[in-house]
Amino acid sequence: MSESHSPEAVKRHKKVYLAVFFALLIGTIVTVFLRKIHFPAFWITVAVALFVATIKGTLVACYFMHLISERRAIYSTLAVTIFFFAAMMYLILWSRSQVPRGTEYIPTKYYPYPMAVPAK
Amino acid sequence: MDIPYTSQARPDTGLFNAKLGIWLFLASEVMLFGALFSAYILLRVGADPGTWPQGLLNVPIGTFNTAVLITSSVTVVLGWTALKLGDFKTYRKYQAVTILCALGFLFVKCLIEYPEKFTHYEVWKNDGTRMTGHIEGKPYFLTEKKMAVRKMESIKFTPDHRFYFGPVPEHTAGETTAEHPPAVEIKLDEIKRLSAFVPAHGTYFAIYFTLTALHGLHVLAGALVIFFLWGPLAGLWKTDPERYTNRVEVSGLFWHFVDLVWIFLFPVFYLL
Repeated sequence: MSESHSPEAVKRHKKVYLAVFFALLIGTIVTVFLRKIHFPAFWITVAVALFVATIKGTLVACYFMHLISERRAIYSTLAVTIFFFAAMMYLILWSRSQVPRGTEYIPTKYYPYPMAVPAK
Repeated sequence: MDIPYTSQARPDTGLFNAKLGIWLFLASEVMLFGALFSAYILLRVGADPGTWPQGLLNVPIGTFNTAVLITSSVTVVLGWTALKLGDFKTYRKYQAVTILCALGFLFVKCLIEYPEKFTHYEVWKNDGTRMTGHIEGKPYFLTEKKMAVRKMESIKFTPDHRFYFGPVPEHTAGETTAEHPPAVEIKLDEIKRLSAFVPAHGTYFAIYFTLTALHGLHVLAGALVIFFLWGPLAGLWKTDPERYTNRVEVSGLFWHFVDLVWIFLFPVFYLL
């Protein structure tokens, strides 16, 4: 048990937990309203949505999971996890640029609904 | 022989066994969900522009479930706080709310959201037309093959007001409240393919059901552990309160992780 988990500290942190709870609810509402905004590019929409989600996730991890005041052994475990997670994501994104010749993406025409799409 | 460090922290790490154990387990869970998220990314960026389904999931329901999970997360941590302060009664009240939230989440997911998808169809006609909508009588999992087996000659199909891919019409602003076009009769020999929004429908629903069902199983598992500590194992509080509190903390860490995963699943599937 870390020192920040002592009964005195826990009592002090109760208000923080409630503040985080309301922040998470507000974050959820913000995320939902973001979809109403038409950003100039889709990647901006993705970036903004993931940014808000990351803030919410950080709040949960730091305060509810007490990562803000944890032991070194846990930080070390998480550091290794983050490294392998990042490596996995990097490999996947890297593989996107390694498409074999002849299998590259060929754009198709967009047919607005309910117009018929010619049968292939 | 007593197992050391089940209640007291180990001097060198400052952790009791279960806490180190749960963090190692959560590390493996990060990789599990990370692998599935990466599968989602590959499918998403690999889809032809404008063909990735949008607006098919019920955003108010997803928002409600997000709020439910966030609420359950705060009741878990407040329950643990109550135990730290020696208030067992308050702990039980908070955890009862947590269990109700978990049941509420699963109820909405399994009995409202999933069945809604199992009765929502896409039809590919032989002339190349595609449309989504509902079949009269709201049958589950109907396909063109099942129609043939059941000797159904036609279906009465009520199309949605818009198709799921491509730019969202300005007047609808992404909502699905506009009036439906009139129902049409589609004969079996006109149908090339008929599929409900099930994993076999396409890559979007395959990854959606894989990730959300796996997450749902985690919710169920977490709720069972919390219930077990809340009910059958509550006697441990009297004999070894420190160990009991540690177990509640560990179950809480798992629960927060489940909440954390949903925080990312929600915008990725429901809003993007």
